[in-house]
Parts: sequence; structure tokens; C-alpha cells
Amino acid sequence: MTPANTTKVKPQGRGIRQTMSDLHTWAGLLVGWLLYAMFLTGTVSYFKDEISQWMRPEVPHHQALPDPAAVAQNVSNQLTALAAGSPQWSIYLPTERNPVVNVFWRNAPADVKANKGGNRRGFEEATFDPATGQTLNARETLGGEFFYRFHFQFHPLPVLWGRWLAGFCAMFMLVAIISGVITHKKIFIDFFTFRWGKGQRSWLDAHNALSVFGLPFHLMITYTGLVTLMAMYMPWGGQGAIKTPVERAQMSAQLSAFPPPLKATGDKAPLASIDAMVRQAQARWGTNDVGRVSVTNPGDAAARVAVTRGEATRVSMSPQYLLFNGTTGELLDVKDNVGAAAETRGVMYALHLGRFSDLHLRWLYFLVSLGGTAMVGTGLVMWTVKRRSKLPDPVRPHFGFHVVERLNIAAIAGLSVAMTAFLWGNRLIPSDAAGRSATEVDLFYWVWAATLLYALVRPAKRAWIELLWIATAVLALLPVLNAVTTSRGLWHSVAAGDWVYVGVDLMMWALAGLHAWLAIRTTRHTPKTKPARTAKAAQGAQAPHAPVNATLNEDRA
Amino acid sequence: MAQVRRAALVDISALVSRIIAAIGGGYVIAALASVAVLALPMDKSQAVITGMLASFAIYAGAVVWVFAVRSAWRAWAGLLVVAAPLALAAWAVSSGLVTGGAA
Repeated sequence: MTPANTTKVKPQGRGIRQTMSDLHTWAGLLVGWLLYAMFLTGTVSYFKDEISQWMRPEVPHHQALPDPAAVAQNVSNQLTALAAGSPQWSIYLPTERNPVVNVFWRNAPADVKANKGGNRRGFEEATFDPATGQTLNARETLGGEFFYRFHFQFHPLPVLWGRWLAGFCAMFMLVAIISGVITHKKIFIDFFTFRWGKGQRSWLDAHNALSVFGLPFHLMITYTGLVTLMAMYMPWGGQGAIKTPVERAQMSAQLSAFPPPLKATGDKAPLASIDAMVRQAQARWGTNDVGRVSVTNPGDAAARVAVTRGEATRVSMSPQYLLFNGTTGELLDVKDNVGAAAETRGVMYALHLGRFSDLHLRWLYFLVSLGGTAMVGTGLVMWTVKRRSKLPDPVRPHFGFHVVERLNIAAIAGLSVAMTAFLWGNRLIPSDAAGRSATEVDLFYWVWAATLLYALVRPAKRAWIELLWIATAVLALLPVLNAVTTSRGLWHSVAAGDWVYVGVDLMMWALAGLHAWLAIRTTRHTPKTKPARTAKAAQGAQAPHAPVNATLNEDRA
Repeated sequence: MAQVRRAALVDISALVSRIIAAIGGGYVIAALASVAVLALPMDKSQAVITGMLASFAIYAGAVVWVFAVRSAWRAWAGLLVVAAPLALAAWAVSSGLVTGGAA
């Protein structure tokens, strides 16, 4: 923008950068606390399988992966009894990263009516040991799945409410990113600018560097996050145009790897060999590239079996599966391509989940997401830092400032404590306690609520420092707790070459170091609160040496 | 004093009006666009998915528009100008007047 331009815009009051700056500030602040939690739990979800392994210490390390075909056969034999009368079940086969079998099934219609068991949607789940084909003999826990389900549906909120809330927040995030970029004229130069120890400037520079460095990623992850649930958020095209059952089937074949179930005939017929069906899929995709076996109407003459491809070998979640007649074992259909738009959606979905990535790429995903978490966190903190210097009476700030300041403490420092408490709960709650999986989740929320209470009753700065030190302590002591309560302490894991356990222990110490560093920096920090001087200086001091619109560029928050 | 208060009230109502335009109006535009895309000569299920994929960008664009223009009136006017043809196309699609390309 040239000076001549500026003078033309000025008389109308506020330029586009000022309005976009306000939009960025308020869109970011309103849902910032939830966004921070979504970002952090999403970040750790890139290692959800490893976290799940850590949270089931009874499952021994390094079983050689058993043959998927035999596993699928064994587990489906079990399900015939366990899920009797169920119209559909799905077996998620073990992988290198997740060496257990997860099974979901729909309750029998009679049971749903009687409201017997299962969750609200009439689903049940169980975990099997692939070595024995029996129900897994390990502590009952959601494992890393909890962080994952919190990330996009705020588990245990009702699924629909949680997902709408997450979509609402993600849409705010998208608007905050776009308005943030428009605000930021010197996006390239500012990336190389860092002013250490300069109060608000440093927060601004940190926020800018984190945002710009990860910008393509943040934009991608936000947009693809919306895409994962787009059929729920934007169902109108489908509702307006897809009317006949044939069209509906065509549509769902583009998006879903679950074939539509046939109507049950009522004639009993045993399932054909699942083993043989999985072997056909292995021949097509590779021995360990079979993801899931889904059966509709098991035990009925109209049974269908779908064997889907794994997620690790391609960058797309578009449906690819073999469809078999469940009673004869005959291959009925091979689904291996979808239309261009559906494939685009599949790629975007896969980019969000990152399940195709090998260990190195997974770490990159983790680190850049952590940068995104820090971007949201620094943005939240900057809101208070920027306004504190302008408060009429910094000792007694107005109500809104007070609320934001305290929520920041609980949302950022408190969340670290609560997430670690969830892991502590996993080791401390007796492994045979009834409903222990839900108790772990309850513990997370109770501890989080306690940190909010703590943030409300302590002076703000003390609350920051103390909660950060508490987080440091619980993180640093977790490997110790692990060593005391299980036989898989750090030295054992190193000796056994169990890198998942070694990795979790070391990660806890790295995160403890990060929190200690934040605590020390917060202790040394002296907030600038000289309202009279700052207000004048903001107008006077910058004008002589700065170009016309420098104030516009630099006072962004 | 009363004048100052009235000015503040006008400011607030303009802001509320923009927020409604952004959240509600933006969603309606995005939803209409996701239906209107079915009028394009392309496979029906691909068109539906294209509409869903693009809808969030349209939504975000509408929100930026609402806050970028000079007044709340302009914001609403702009939304209506875009909504009218989209609504027409969406109506044509859902009433079966336009069937797009191959089904």
C-alpha cells in the first residue's frame, strides 16, 4: 500500500487490515480455548496407537504380527457368539503400531429396543488379542483413542453435539487464519524478525513465526478437518438431489467403505471362510495391507463381507474394498476407484489423519502440529499482554480481561496437567476396577476443572507459574510411576529394545523440560503496565521514524 | 449524552447484524452453493461432493466479505446479490428442472 493509497482509504475510517485484524482477534479469542485443546489433543493423536500401547502394559512388547487372515477368522468365530443377532460387525486388524484387534458391532435390534448395553447409538466395542483370538486380557482403557475422540467430538459429549461444536470451532479457525494472513502485510519479512525480551513485541513475533512457518500446514489441517465431517456439516446437496435408492447407493459408494447392507432374509446360513476372503485381499494388496473386515447380516443367507485395504500404504481414504457373498465366499465386486471429487476428498481426509506416514513423517506432523498448538496459545496470551499495558488500573482489571486471563491459564497450563493426569490414572486405577475406562476420562475432566478453580483463586502470575511447575512435576514423574507400577520401566524397555515405551518415557521428560522452561521464563517476566506512558508513546514515539502505516502493521494482535 | 448513547447503540446493532450475516448468512450462501453446483454438467455424486468440498471456502469468503465492507447494510446487500442466483439454481436443481449431466 503506497502512502497515496493510505490517504484515500483513511477518511472512511478503518482499512481492510484493521477490520481483518479485529476479525482475527475476536474469531481467535472466542473459541481459542477449545481450539487450543483440539490442537493439542490432535497433535498427540498422531501417536495415538503408541499411547494406546503404553496404556495397556499387559500386552507384551514385540509380538511378531500374526497372520491377518487367521486373526480375522479367529475373531469372527468369537463374534458369532459374542455379537449374536448383530446386523453388522467390523474387525480392525492389528498393525505394527497397534498390535491389538479392535472390534465394533451394532447391537441386535431386539437389544436396542430393550435398551440393553452398548452406547447411545447402539454400538458395542471390544478389544481382542490377535495371538489367541480371545478378548484381550488387559486393563480396560480408551488409550490414545480418548485424545483422538476429544479432538473432534469432545468425548464424552453426545457425538452429534461434539462434532458440531468441533466444526464450529474449526470454521472460526479457518476465518482466523485467512484474516490473519490479510492483516499481515509483511508476512515474509516478519518471519525473519524476532525481538526477544520485548514484552508484547516478542509475543507477537513468536505468534507470527509459528503461524507463518506452519501456515500451509495450519491451513491444510483446518480445511481437511472440516472435510472429514463435511457430509454432516453440509448435507444439503445430497438431500436436494439424491433421491432414489439407486442414487443414494452410488453416492455412498463414493464416500464409504461400508457396503450398504441387504435386507436379512431370516434364513440361517453359516459364514463362509473369512480366512480365504482375507487371503484374496492379501494377494491383491500385500500381506499386511488389509485394514478391516466388515460383515453385514452375519449368520443370515444375505450375509455380505467387505475386506478393505489398509491405510498405511496410500495417501487416500477413498473406499477400496473387496465385496464377498458371506455364505458362499464368492467375490462379488472389487471397489478400487471413485470419481475425481471423491478421490480429492479421500486425499484430503488422509492428509488430515496422516496414517500413511512413516515414523519420520509422523514426527514432522507431530512437531508442526505442536507449532500450531503454540500458535493458538501465544495468540491467546497476546490478547492479555496487549491489553494489560492499556488497562486503567492493572491491579484491578475489568471483568472481561479477568475472565480471559484465568481461562488462558486453565486452558493452556491446566490442560497439560489434566492430560498427564489421564495417564497417571491409567497406572493408578486398579486394572480390574469396574468402569475404569470411564474413570480415567472423568479424572481428566476433574483435574482440568480443578486447575480452573486454582487459576481463579490464585494471583494470575502465581497461577501460571505454579500450574506450569505442577505440569513439569507430573510429566517428569510419570516414567517413575511407570517403572514402579509396571515391569516395563525405562531400563527394561531399553534392554528389550521396546522403543515405544522408551519413546513415551523420554517424551515425558522432554515435555517436562518444556514446561519447566516456560515456568522459569514466566517467573522472570515483568509485565509492562504503565498505562499513561504507553498510550501516549504509541501515538507519539512511532510516528517520526516509522513509515505512515507502521502502526497498522505492528500493533496487530 | 443521549446522542452518544444512541450512537453506541447503533454501533452495537450494526456489529450484531454483521455477526448474524457472517455466521448465519455465510452458512446459507455456502449451503446454497453446495446445492447449486448440481446444475453443472457433471456426474451427480461428484457434483454433490464438489459442493461439500468447496462450501467451507465459500463460507470463509462470505465471512471475510461481511467484515471487510464499510457498513452492515453493504454486507447484507452483497450476500443477497450472491444468494439470489445461487438460490435460483438451487431451486431449479431441487425441483428437478435441471438435472445436471449424467446421473
